[in-house]
Amino acid sequence: MADSPNTPGPSDTPGPGEGRKPGDKRDSRDGSEPRPLFETTTEWLRGEGEASDVVLSSRVRLARNLAGLPFAAKSTKRDRQKTLDVCRDRVLRAGLAERLVWVDLHEAPALERSLLVERHLISKQHSKGKAGSGAAPGDDPRGVAVSVPDERLSIMVNEEDHLRIQAIRSGLALSAAWREIDAADDKIEAGVEYAFSSRFGYLTACPTNVGTGLRMSVMLHLPGLRLTGDIEKVKRAANDMSLAVRGFYGEGSEAVGDLYQLSNQTTLGKSEAKILQELETEIIPRVIEYERVSRRELVGKRRSGIEDQVWRALGLLTHARLLTTEEAMQNLSLVRLGLMIGVLKAPDQRVVNQMMLLVQPAHLQRAVGKELDQEQRRVARAALLRGKMGRDGSS
Amino acid sequence: MKCDQCDNEATVHEVTVRSGVKIEKHLCESCAGQQGISVQPTTPINELIKHYVLSHGLTPIGPSSAAGQAGTARAQTCPTCKTTFSEFRQHGLLGCPDCYKVFEAQLGPLLERAHDGGVRHSGKLPRRLSGGVPAAAPEGAKAAMLNIEERAERLRKIRVELETAVAAEQYERAAKLRDELRRMNEPGTGTSNS
Repeated sequence: MADSPNTPGPSDTPGPGEGRKPGDKRDSRDGSEPRPLFETTTEWLRGEGEASDVVLSSRVRLARNLAGLPFAAKSTKRDRQKTLDVCRDRVLRAGLAERLVWVDLHEAPALERSLLVERHLISKQHSKGKAGSGAAPGDDPRGVAVSVPDERLSIMVNEEDHLRIQAIRSGLALSAAWREIDAADDKIEAGVEYAFSSRFGYLTACPTNVGTGLRMSVMLHLPGLRLTGDIEKVKRAANDMSLAVRGFYGEGSEAVGDLYQLSNQTTLGKSEAKILQELETEIIPRVIEYERVSRRELVGKRRSGIEDQVWRALGLLTHARLLTTEEAMQNLSLVRLGLMIGVLKAPDQRVVNQMMLLVQPAHLQRAVGKELDQEQRRVARAALLRGKMGRDGSS
Repeated sequence: MKCDQCDNEATVHEVTVRSGVKIEKHLCESCAGQQGISVQPTTPINELIKHYVLSHGLTPIGPSSAAGQAGTARAQTCPTCKTTFSEFRQHGLLGCPDCYKVFEAQLGPLLERAHDGGVRHSGKLPRRLSGGVPAAAPEGAKAAMLNIEERAERLRKIRVELETAVAAEQYERAAKLRDELRRMNEPGTGTSNS
């Protein structure tokens, strides 16, 4: 994967009147050409916006399906190709962003797909593809459109639903993300007919998403609550309110680096406005406050203990020779906490955020410029962290 | 108290009253999970549905006629995509938009449980139904076809939202809703609400 900053590749949004034909292969490159993706830090790690001491990012996604075409479970390869052609054409012509990059995932190299997963632009499931009709999952016709260079908007085509439209914003910004995605949804719908019923709303492959098809989630950094042990209370409370608490990589994953995703579970019977209001003005602010109180408590009552943990974490990151992703994330989390509560003055918070992305396997291999096995990755990861955090961190 | 099914401590207690008969269950977390009664806080909702569907055979909770209905549903097949109900029970995924119509009676109670009591869509409508600018010329006809029942339902929802907005002193939102009500009531848009 080319790494240098560069001018837009040929897969950018076609200009007016310059639409792509179905089956057009001009963006199905082998990854050796530069693509204006992956150039900047991702939106969810910019570390800006409201309450960014606790909220890394806000994400809103809509699940949509085309009327008259089967869902993934009952699609033949031909159906999948047709869905892909219709959706790609529509998405690229809808004027969703100044620049959109389209990636045909069934033709993209594995590393590129992993980079997209690590940047939270596609799901793991979408990276793998769907098995069926005798075809290998990797050949399943599917793709993603990403707005560049901001990477705020991404539209997965042929994931579990025909369209999964998502918007990501740094910090607590669910309203802004909702407005963006609502507008994008309208623009896409202007040229296709969505599957919809007056009783069940927007129809989805899995009935857990039916209704609004809306999932709003925030990525929270909650080291304070973990250290005070109150994180379990938050999880239980969230569960009582029908919210899902997931780890860094989504469904079924552990909370690596004290990062938790909190999202609505129910999509039927509650309007988008209601879901938004409950999360953004009622629930999330309480969790943020709870985390801040925990951090103050740690500084007030367990100062030397927490100082020790933070400095040990920095020491480890700047001196270790072998590091797994989990260990790196856990210690980056403590360093980030140290910066937030004033125990550390350096390194820069943005560097720490950036490291949370760069220590992930695909990003690490891209930085090194070659494929690495697990052992080699541990060595490379430790070297990367020493290089980026050592000079600043130890000052 | 011991779990009804194994030697573990029962931590989940469910009391159901069916046809006037009280049924009590005392289970440990794991047995309860298998029966779809209780799950770990982190269990994804599709797992929850799967457990629920498998353990209940999708028999709607409550009224008596339900069991017979569910029986026929299991044998039912979606004419459009040939998805059978047992396939859905196995994978938790429907085959096409028409499945929602074919299996409507059975999905209703299941969805109500999965969506915390939500039974009917509330919120955004495709523009072809919401009285907005029709997507394309043929879509215009569909907008007109929006039937009276749907429109009445929509009007009712807007009124409730309007009341809520006023109560919460969200005047900007209230004004928008009021305008929407006006638009829907304008002559020519075909409404005959009371």
